[in-house]
Formats: sequence, C-alpha cells, structure tokens
Amino acid sequence: MFKKDLSLLVLILVVGTVVAIINPRFLSPINIANTANLIGLFGMFSIGMGFVIITGGIELSVGSIFALLGVIFIDLLVTYEWPWPLAVIVIVMGGTAMGWLHGFLVTKAKLQPFVVTLCGLLIYRGIARYYTDDGTAGFEFGMNFPSLEWLTTGRALDGRVPHSFILFILLAIVMGIVLHKSVFGRYLFAVGKNEEAARYSGIRTDRIITAAYVISGALCGLSAIYLAMYTRSISPASHGSFYELYAIAAAVLGGCSLRGGEGSVLGVVLGTILLQVLQNLVNLLGIPSSLNFAVIGGVILIGVLVDQQLVRRRQLKLAKK
Amino acid sequence: MSASQAAPAAPFLDLIDIGKTYPGVVALSGVNLSVAPGEVVGLVGENGAGKSTLMKILGGVTAPTTGTIRIDGAERTAMTVADATRGGIAFVHQELNLFDNLDVAANVFIGREPRFGGFLSLVDTSALHEKVTPLLRRLGADFKPATPVADLSLAQRQLVEIAKALSLDARLVIMDEPTSSLTASETKRLLDVIADLKANGVSVIFISHRLQEVERCADRVIVLRDGKVVGRLDRGQIQHDAMIRLMIGRDLKSLYIPPAAPPREDALDLAEVRTTAFPSQSVTLALRAGEILGLAGLVGSGRTELARAVFGIDRRLGGHIRLSGQPLEIAAPRDAIDRGLYLIPEDRKQCGLLLDFSVAENISLANLRAYARAAIVQGDAEARNAEQQKAKLNIKVPSVTTQTSSLSGGNQQKVVLAKWLSMSPKVIIFDEPTRGIDVGAKGEIYELMRGLANTGVAILMISSDMEEVIGVSDRIAVMHEGRISGFLARAEFSEDRVLQLAVGRSPQESAAIKSVMGG
Repeated sequence: MFKKDLSLLVLILVVGTVVAIINPRFLSPINIANTANLIGLFGMFSIGMGFVIITGGIELSVGSIFALLGVIFIDLLVTYEWPWPLAVIVIVMGGTAMGWLHGFLVTKAKLQPFVVTLCGLLIYRGIARYYTDDGTAGFEFGMNFPSLEWLTTGRALDGRVPHSFILFILLAIVMGIVLHKSVFGRYLFAVGKNEEAARYSGIRTDRIITAAYVISGALCGLSAIYLAMYTRSISPASHGSFYELYAIAAAVLGGCSLRGGEGSVLGVVLGTILLQVLQNLVNLLGIPSSLNFAVIGGVILIGVLVDQQLVRRRQLKLAKK
Repeated sequence: MSASQAAPAAPFLDLIDIGKTYPGVVALSGVNLSVAPGEVVGLVGENGAGKSTLMKILGGVTAPTTGTIRIDGAERTAMTVADATRGGIAFVHQELNLFDNLDVAANVFIGREPRFGGFLSLVDTSALHEKVTPLLRRLGADFKPATPVADLSLAQRQLVEIAKALSLDARLVIMDEPTSSLTASETKRLLDVIADLKANGVSVIFISHRLQEVERCADRVIVLRDGKVVGRLDRGQIQHDAMIRLMIGRDLKSLYIPPAAPPREDALDLAEVRTTAFPSQSVTLALRAGEILGLAGLVGSGRTELARAVFGIDRRLGGHIRLSGQPLEIAAPRDAIDRGLYLIPEDRKQCGLLLDFSVAENISLANLRAYARAAIVQGDAEARNAEQQKAKLNIKVPSVTTQTSSLSGGNQQKVVLAKWLSMSPKVIIFDEPTRGIDVGAKGEIYELMRGLANTGVAILMISSDMEEVIGVSDRIAVMHEGRISGFLARAEFSEDRVLQLAVGRSPQESAAIKSVMGG
C-alpha cells in the first residue's frame, strides 16, 4: 500500500517538475495557493468517497448534493436571514441525513449502491432546480459574513495557505487515523473484503456500511458550504456536476479498489493533488480548457495501466519464488 | 470389466520417474504411475503430499522438472493444457468449474457449441441438445439439457462435469475429492457412474480423503507422501488402516479421547427451534458443558441451517434458546458472541476467515475492542495475543503478520479456532471441522476439541464424516429433514444406527445405504 502511495507521489513530482519547467508560474505563490484551495475543496468529499468505495459501494450523488444543499444554504442565509452557524449545522446535518438514507437503502432494502446513488443524483439535482425555479441562487450585493468567510475562503500566512486546505489536511489526518488505526476502520476493511466473513466474526456489517455513507454525506454537507462560499452563486443546473467523478478518480488513483476492501486516506489525498495539478497543467500550458476532462481521463488510464503492469510483474516474481 | 482384467492392456497413461522441484522445495520425486484403460486408480495422501502438483502436471498446467509422460504410448515432453485435453485427459474438480448462469447443455459444450453457418454464427440449440441428451442418459441424469445449472444440486453438477468429460471423448477422467459433499445415495450413484466409465474402457484417477470410497471403487491405490510414492496397493490389499499407515507413516491411534470428567449441567438448550430450511419442523436439544455432541445427518438435513440460526446469521422462525439456563435473545451473531456462543463455519475460506487479512488480524477480529484503547487498535497487544495462540495451537506460520491465504487448510482452521479461544467460550459449534484438512492436522483439531471440552466448554460438532462422528463424539444426535430423529449414547454408536436415523429409520433404505458405505 505504501509503495503505491510513493509511486503516486513520484508521479505528482514528475508532472509538477515538467509543468514548472515549461511554465515557471506554476510555482508562483498565488498559483500554489489557488491550487491548494482547490485541493482542499475537492479533497474533503473525496475522503468520504474513499470510505464508501472501501465498503465496495459507490456514491454518485455528490455533485447533486452540492447543488441542493448549496441553494438551501444560500437561501437560509439570504432569504431567511438565519445566523450562519445554525445554517452550517443544518446543512451538515442535511448531508448526513442523505448519507444515512443511502446507507439504509443499501443495507436494509438491499439495493445496489450504484442504483441508490444514481437515483439520488437525479432526484437532488431535480429538486435543486425546482427549488430555485432553475434560477441562480447567490448572495445579494453587499452581504458579508466575515467569520464564515474567514473560515471558508480565508487564507493564512499572508494569503499563502488557504483555510480550506488546512481544514482538508486536518480532516485527512483525523480520517486517516479512523481508517487505519481504529476499530471502525478495521471493520470497514473487513466488510469491504468479505461481508459474509465479517458477519461471522460478529461485525454488524449493516451499521458499518451505513456509517461509511453517513461519513461521506457529512463531508459532502461540509464541502457544499465551502463550495457555495467559493463560487458565491449557484446555478443549480450545473453547480457541482461531475464532482463525484473527481472523487471517484481521486480514490481510484489513490489505490481504492472498486471491489472494496482496499484503499488509504493518504492515497486519496495524493490522488486529489494529482488531479488538481493536472487541472492546473491544462490551464498553465495553454491546452484548450475544453480538453480538460480528456487530459485527466488519459492520465488516469495510463496510471492505472502502468500500475496493473507493476502489480502483475510483482505477482510473477512472487509466483517464481 | 473381466476383459480388461484378463490380459493387462498397454497402459493408457505412463508416468516415468516424474520429478518437480520449485526453488527450495522438492514437490515430487521419482513418481512412477501407469493407468491401464478401464482401470480405476485411487490416489491418496495427506494435503501437501504432492497430489495437486501431480494433477497439475497431468493437466498440462505445469511441466515436470524431470521424467517422461506417455499418453497412449506417445511421449509428451512439453505438454500444454490443450495437449492434455486432446490426449483425452479430463478433470472433475473439487471446486466445480461450471457457469451457473447457463444451462446444462451450454456448460457441456462451452466453447465448442454447434453453430449455424453465416456471418452471425448463431448457436444451433437443437443440435446442441441432441448431442447432450444421450450423454445425460448414459449417466442416468434426472435433469434435462435445458435445465439451468443454478437449479442443480452438487451431485447433479458433478454429472454435468462428467458429461463434459465424456463429450470430449475423455479416456482418463481425474476426479478430485468428488464425494466430499455428496449424500450417501448420491455417492452410490457416482460410484455406479465410475463403474460404467470403467466398463466402457475409460480410466479414472480417484483422489479422495474418504478412504472407504477409495476402498470400494479402486482397482489399485497409489499412496503419496512428501512427493514420493510410498505405497502401491493392489485390489486385495486396499484396506483402510493400511492406507492411513502409509499416508502418515505411522499407525493412527484411535480418534476417541475420553473426557476427563463426566459432562456437567446444560450449557445450551434449544427448545422448538425452527429454521427457514424446514419451517414446519423444530429442534429440541440439550448440550451439556464438557461434552462433545456429534450432530450427524445427510447433507441437506438442516444441520448447517440450525447452526446458522442459533448463531444469529439467519433469522430464527421460532423457539427459544437458553445459554447456561439464561434466555438468549439473538438478533445478530454479535449477541451470540457476547455471551460466549461461537460458530466455526463449514466454509472456512468464505465465512470463517478474511483470507487477505493477516493471521493476527483474523484472530482479533471478533473481539477487536479488547485490543483497543480509545477505539484505536493497539497493534502490539493484538500481536502478543496472536503469538500466544500460535504457540498454544501450534499454528505453522512464519509470522503472525503473514496473510492467512498462504496457510494450509489445517492451519487456517486453527486460526479460526484461535479467534474464539482468545475469548471466553461457553459453547462452540463446529460445522465440518476437518473438511479438506489432512490427517495429521485432523488429530490436532480433535485434541484441541477434547481439551476445550475438558475445561467445561460444550461442543456441538456437525459432521458428515462417519469416522469422525463416531470417533470423536461423546454422544450423537442425528438429524433427518429438519428434525432430530434420535440420540445415541457412546455404547450405542455404530455406523448402522447413525445411518438408519439419518435416513429417517426406513429399514429398506438404510440397508441400501449400508451397502454403499461398505460397512
């Protein structure tokens, strides 16, 4: 597992070096801070996706959750003039509840995670668009929430380190400990590897799986707030669309197996960093931004292919022993 | 049959001085084996004796390091899988290789389907069925070419594999543990099929741990130990004890270890327990602390379902469970485990263990909180316990951090046992505790079971192995179609009685079964 993380880190450094040589602006403090901000925004919910994928599930409704919770968040602040801490709590709770619902449908109604969250993707997006009449929800001119803005879009150390990135790193450390050191984390891997055997060892597998969706939902709720504060206006038809794919890509690049039972938080973190560096590469190297997804897709494909070859070679070596 | 015995025909298969070495390991050395047309050769040996390597060589999967293979007189130096198949060698594997989403006919001719011509080259289903029907008739199968494999029992699936072998014009069928999951009557059916193959000049290599069946059907027995042929027994010499002696290289002492003290109070009481397998039947049973109660019965008699329901894997339809006199409410396995009621499942690889986890992680899994401080697992405490269990149970593994998948069956079973022994067991249900485990490790498991019983643990041992049920139990309960058909005390033990109860006391039927098992 560690070896895999190391090779991902090497890949990030190689891509970074190449970009830096071609366009030195890559290393300018402002570019680094902007990229770090995006890493923070995308990383938070990618960790949750990693947890879900480790159980052998998938969470496709992430982007739609951002749209729905985002418009509600702005509405609570703008129209209903709620105090922002209350709105934040409600939104995070909302994400948690959606995660719980998905977990419930997967474990108790025995539906496939793909189907459950695909329906979520469609339903939440639809509700978000209906809720705003397909209009854009945004803050009104002159509206300020100094402490909320400091927390979400603020930057420490002379604007060099975005708070979103700091929060992401803190979350990654906490979730890393939860996944790799705690009883719950061990259970999560056990359930993902072999649910039947986990049940025979007395693990309440339904609760563990549901908990993974709840964690993902809560992180999505938190991310929804950060994304809303970052964009400051939300058009529900497009806000957050495809973001679930960024999360899935980050998790898979980071070594999570879609069959479940494998993955690491460090891997997801590195996967997110690589994706954002690639995104940045497209911008800095003057590649048409319409090719954005194609570049990312291509790199993931090559990465996974190379990894597969390395694994096969290692297995051959083992077999020869 | 008599023709092939009268004049020894030229051997169909001839292995001369076969050796196979892997770096550091000699898997086979100097193995000579010849099989005449229409001959049934039993191949026995403990796990790790070299049987699988020999089979891999015959199947063309691996090449021998030294030696010669002759099929039908023609020498094969570098044999591939395709060569083996074309040469007329077919396998019926222990883990059946069938597609259970397809029907019988599709499985028999998979990859060789008769086609309509033309661009699309569609499968000619009626021609396919015409080809399969006579094969099934020949095997006396009671299903049709269009029956989905998913609807077939294990015994029927085996027939499909044999039909596949016949359709390939196999001249040698290699059967690996073919009877390990069959009922007595299904076993009889299979032995009939083997006799039929033999009569048609097809040779059979029969690999089995069930020595009674080898005794019944083999013309000759080859015993492997540590990669060498240590014994060749001809028809008249094939005898259970002789095979065991050769396999383990010593006399097997009697399986039964008497208890140190008489059984005590009731540990587990089942009252009118009903399971989903037989909703209209119920089981009432008392298991005493310090005893080993064997639960015998045919495969499918509801024993595993009973164990699963008591342990909380499946929902119980009714009835009450008491543990040490206290009512036990079980909604999930956790409830049973918290009270000291454990299950060692039949399917070790799928249910008993997480094969990708290390030995230590498997041992701690059911009681992980005991090794955790503030919900964080303490790796050293976990490893310490695993080391203790490793020493206590004599688990042969280089390190407790080794992946469990690399262990032998016997050692894997000890890991499952270690998981429960590092907690405080009151009742342990063993479901087929020694299936697929070699003779040496079996003895160790039995000793551990007796040791546990002597400390006051109540043991319920589900077993389809007659030798084991009679040899290990203090008392036997027999199940038939979802209910207990009778109890036997140690003085009343006999294969006869167990079988009579297992088939529900019908005298004609039990006589027929008795003749199968060969007394």
